[in-house]
Amino acid sequence: MADVVALSGTATDYAVKKDTWGNVRRYLRRNPSLLVGMFLLFCLLAFWLVGSAVYDTSRAAALSVPDTVHPPSAEYPLGTDRIGRDIMAVMIQGTMLTLRIGLIAGILGVSVGTIVAFLGGYYRGWFDTLLKGIVDVGLTIPGMLILIIIAVNIKDQGLTVDQMGLVVAIYSWLWPARTIRSQVLTMRERTWVEVARLSGVSGPEIIFKEILPNLMPYMLASLVGSVSSAILASIGLETLGLGPMAAPTLGMTIYWVIFYSAMLRGYYWWWMPPIAIIVVLFVGLFMVSMGLDELANPRLRRGV
Amino acid sequence: MPLDYVLRRFAVFVVVVWAAATLNFLLPKTTGVDPVSQKLMQEATRGGYIQQGMTQMMQVYREKFGLDKPLWQQYLTYMNDLIHLDFNYSISQYPKKVIEIIRDSIWWTIGLLLSTTILEFLLGSLAGALMAWPKSPKWLGYIFTPFLTLSAVPYYLLGLVLVYIFGFQLRWLPMFGGYTPGTFIGLDPRSLLDIASHALLPALSLILSAIGFWALGMRSMMVTVQGEDYMILAEAKGLKDNTLLYKYALRNAILPQVTSLAIALGYVVSGAVLVEVVFAYPGIGNLLYLAIRNMDYFVIQGIVMLIIFAIATTTLILDLALPLLDPRITYKGAS
Repeated sequence: MADVVALSGTATDYAVKKDTWGNVRRYLRRNPSLLVGMFLLFCLLAFWLVGSAVYDTSRAAALSVPDTVHPPSAEYPLGTDRIGRDIMAVMIQGTMLTLRIGLIAGILGVSVGTIVAFLGGYYRGWFDTLLKGIVDVGLTIPGMLILIIIAVNIKDQGLTVDQMGLVVAIYSWLWPARTIRSQVLTMRERTWVEVARLSGVSGPEIIFKEILPNLMPYMLASLVGSVSSAILASIGLETLGLGPMAAPTLGMTIYWVIFYSAMLRGYYWWWMPPIAIIVVLFVGLFMVSMGLDELANPRLRRGV
Repeated sequence: MPLDYVLRRFAVFVVVVWAAATLNFLLPKTTGVDPVSQKLMQEATRGGYIQQGMTQMMQVYREKFGLDKPLWQQYLTYMNDLIHLDFNYSISQYPKKVIEIIRDSIWWTIGLLLSTTILEFLLGSLAGALMAWPKSPKWLGYIFTPFLTLSAVPYYLLGLVLVYIFGFQLRWLPMFGGYTPGTFIGLDPRSLLDIASHALLPALSLILSAIGFWALGMRSMMVTVQGEDYMILAEAKGLKDNTLLYKYALRNAILPQVTSLAIALGYVVSGAVLVEVVFAYPGIGNLLYLAIRNMDYFVIQGIVMLIIFAIATTTLILDLALPLLDPRITYKGAS
């Protein structure tokens, strides 16, 4: 019986099931995209954890290594770059720093987006009109351009990694605000919400007890999407030279690769590792978000 | 077309451009450091042959945006310049105006992006249609699936890998630039071939990473269309498979894709900023990169405003034209 319910139930059924772990396992088997994506992200996390435990990551700082542009050797497993950094150490630190920027911007974006979406979508009124206007105008302008203007203006002050996350977050709440708002709009018309409203349940209680739990899987998918596009935006800005110049993030590594034409000079050990890690990161996030999409919209489930 | 719909769309256009312009004006004021006067001062004190021009420019700039002027007056001056498409002089290439520099490079970008966007659309839609078509051979699926993964990889990183393989290792294609330096660019076949061979790698990296996006959209539309009654009827009539695919399924599934194509065409100017940086392609993106490196604030501002203007304009045209093209889109639904 439990099996039948699990197969035909909506996403929220999983949350209230007693045998949660068994259900999760059964679900993952049917959703290989989520499983593979999570595995890839786990590998990156393990790379950072193990790496920072056993490797001397202080060599990720500029001028910390005497030999510049040294090909891979026993001393430097991934070689060194022109700025005097050990690429292996840069990669270990950079993976986490880049993830950190994405997480700061993604979590901030989804939180602010959700709050705004609920205030506007549930209570409507002038605030909703204003919000919709801001989001529509904001999404018409390519975020990258606004971020470029912002980053250019604060570049001289010297950005830190966390500030980089905040800069990207300025733009990352717009999309969650729009999509979550449209979900709230349909939710507030559902029968169970109406019943709650008629029985005199207050607005905040309806939001937290009736609507929010049902939107959890959706918001999770939205979070992964936001983190992914925040990382994309941050790497884009960094490649243009608008990132934290001194920090060994993956995007800044790409910037230095282009700056010193590492490609033309055949310094393969300099540009291959950051690209490989970025590819694993994006493919992992892409697969997790595809898998979560399926979890959030059970109607998408199909045999194709 | 209802008048209030047209007016509302037009209002959105004005608000978008105005909001972007205002942000552009206010941001430097909030940081307390004026990047323009700082840079101008730097250039003026450095000396050299452009020093005379810099000092002059500094004076004009002070007159217009000096701290003695109230903020609203500076704002009006700024807006007035903008309406006349006057983006001031470039700081790093002094006697040249920003708008001239942009005019020189924008055709490279439009040429590259227009052709790749259309190719992406054609290849991606065909791939998506074939993937969803139950009668297409099994091996097609194995070929197309990697493209879906490629769409998750930023296009400029793909560009770096392509440069390494085809430019550095195999030496089949030039690694950077838009044409061979020192040659005269005309409309003769030799220079056209030269331009094409330089554009091939940037174009390839854009196309490879975008095919997946188009294929996914097309595939889901094809799945929907195949469940329609007219498909069952057409099949029952005994029509040939090719007729079914191309005349019935594809034609109905492609409409939303055409809408996406129109939207994508709006992003032609800004779509390849980073790929141009990777390939040092002489378009607007590389110009922006160089301007950022030199802190040429007027050029950065000019490019950003120009791109926003281009996108707002195409969005406006699209909003007005789409309901005419596709009767399923109504004026009311767009509010």
